[in-house]
Amino acid sequence: MPATPMSKAEREQGHAHSQASRVFDLSEHSLRELNQALHKLTPGSNETAWEVLNPKGSHSVAVGVDQPITIDVRGSVGYYCAGMNDGAAITVHGSAGPGVGENMMSGSIVIKGDASQYAGATGRGGLLVIEGNASSRCGISMKGIDIVVHGNIGHMSAFMAQSGNLVVLGDAGDALGDSIYEARLFVRGKVESLGADCIAKEMRPEHIELLQGLLDKAGVTGVKASEFKRYGSARKLYNFNIDNADAY
Amino acid sequence: MCGIVGLFLKDKALEPKLGAMLSEMLVSLSDRGPDSAGIAIYGAATGNEAKITVQSPKPDRDFRGLDAELAKAIGAPVGVAVKSTHAVIRTTPDKVDAAREALQTLRPDIRIMGAGEAVEIYKEVGLPEAVVERFGVRAMTGTHGIGHTRMATESAVTTMGAHPFSTGADQCLVHNGSLSNHNNVRRELIRDGMTFETENDTEVAAAYLSNRMAHGKNLGEALEGTLSDLDGFFTFVVGTKNGFGVVRDPIACKPAVMAETDQYVAFGSEYRALTKLPGIDNARVWEPEPATVYFWEH
Repeated sequence: MPATPMSKAEREQGHAHSQASRVFDLSEHSLRELNQALHKLTPGSNETAWEVLNPKGSHSVAVGVDQPITIDVRGSVGYYCAGMNDGAAITVHGSAGPGVGENMMSGSIVIKGDASQYAGATGRGGLLVIEGNASSRCGISMKGIDIVVHGNIGHMSAFMAQSGNLVVLGDAGDALGDSIYEARLFVRGKVESLGADCIAKEMRPEHIELLQGLLDKAGVTGVKASEFKRYGSARKLYNFNIDNADAY
Repeated sequence: MCGIVGLFLKDKALEPKLGAMLSEMLVSLSDRGPDSAGIAIYGAATGNEAKITVQSPKPDRDFRGLDAELAKAIGAPVGVAVKSTHAVIRTTPDKVDAAREALQTLRPDIRIMGAGEAVEIYKEVGLPEAVVERFGVRAMTGTHGIGHTRMATESAVTTMGAHPFSTGADQCLVHNGSLSNHNNVRRELIRDGMTFETENDTEVAAAYLSNRMAHGKNLGEALEGTLSDLDGFFTFVVGTKNGFGVVRDPIACKPAVMAETDQYVAFGSEYRALTKLPGIDNARVWEPEPATVYFWEH
């Protein structure tokens, strides 16, 4: 029988319930021990709540988790945290280095601080929430993931983004959505510049509804979906334009 | 890869610990580059003394009797403090050029790592731990410093290919990244009278800064120039007499993180480098913006 994921309320009280969670102190155990213990979990395991202490910028914390457990990481992490996550609810109570949530399949990742470059890169599903700022290349080549950033995002974000939704409550840097396919980008603040083939699009009722759902899912309050602008593909790069033949 | 660090102290009480703190930061990034490591430490400048850090492949031969011979050659008092393969030569500020010239004749194998009133530069092949141990960096006092651990990509693993590279009096540079137009820029700089010790790309960046400043630019302007004239990937950290500066190329794929408290400003290629600093849990931690020059000065 599959383990029941904890409700959001239970997750928020995770620290208070720490006697029930398995605590893993990275100042006493190696990263490999942690990740192997997480990989050994099977459906129906009772070890559904984990807490990781003293990450101190370690790389690859909680990569490749494929069970619906909760993991609270107490502190800041380095490269590739929670990569390939498939079903876990992972919260980093600090900031994350490059490549957080790379290629996530499902589940959720919440970063309480900032995230460095290429957060959520190539993600195929699930929800990545960054409560601070994300730097360059956020959501690069995203393929179905939903990303919600409370702050700003850096340059070249959503480059070649294929599907999924990127929601930014703050501003976006240069060349947003360059060579974008069918991902939807919602930005509340200003966009420094749009990349090739990325254009502003009309916010229709179905987009307001979709965006409101994402904001609710990410726990964003006090912000209306109508405050955002939508950006997406002009679809001009999809086919070769014969007028450009001379350039080749 | 490569790992770079910088630490600028605001709190004078930490100055005796600068060497230990900077060493810890650099050692934590050892797996970003195992080939060579180096550190530049800035002590308080007194105004009446200059230091020249030199390196020799045969320190026993080259440093023996050097103080007396050099003093005689330049007609000024000279002190020589030997640390393994390096030595710090102290003399009066007006005699630095004369001392450089005299060294070429007295000790042709000696290489000058850097010179100025405040800076000492130590660099060698090997892991950061071995390098800081060899030169006793942990015991050093200072106001600020920068460091580098190298994963070689562009040129040979040698002492002279290690960072920091001197860019002028009390100035030096460390680099994470690789430059793709360094051969062309080197040719242009040679035509303008610059000389080079290695095939290294970072040495070109250092010489570029020296050259621009020789043409009247200040360090900030010279760093701005790197954004248009150097092609490739770079995060540069430069040490100056009074502080340090940071600049990243516009693509900014080489990592960088900074932290500031009332006691210090710190730079690291990764957050790991900052985790042992005092009060880091409550520090303001951020990623420096691309194509933006940052400076902290006393």
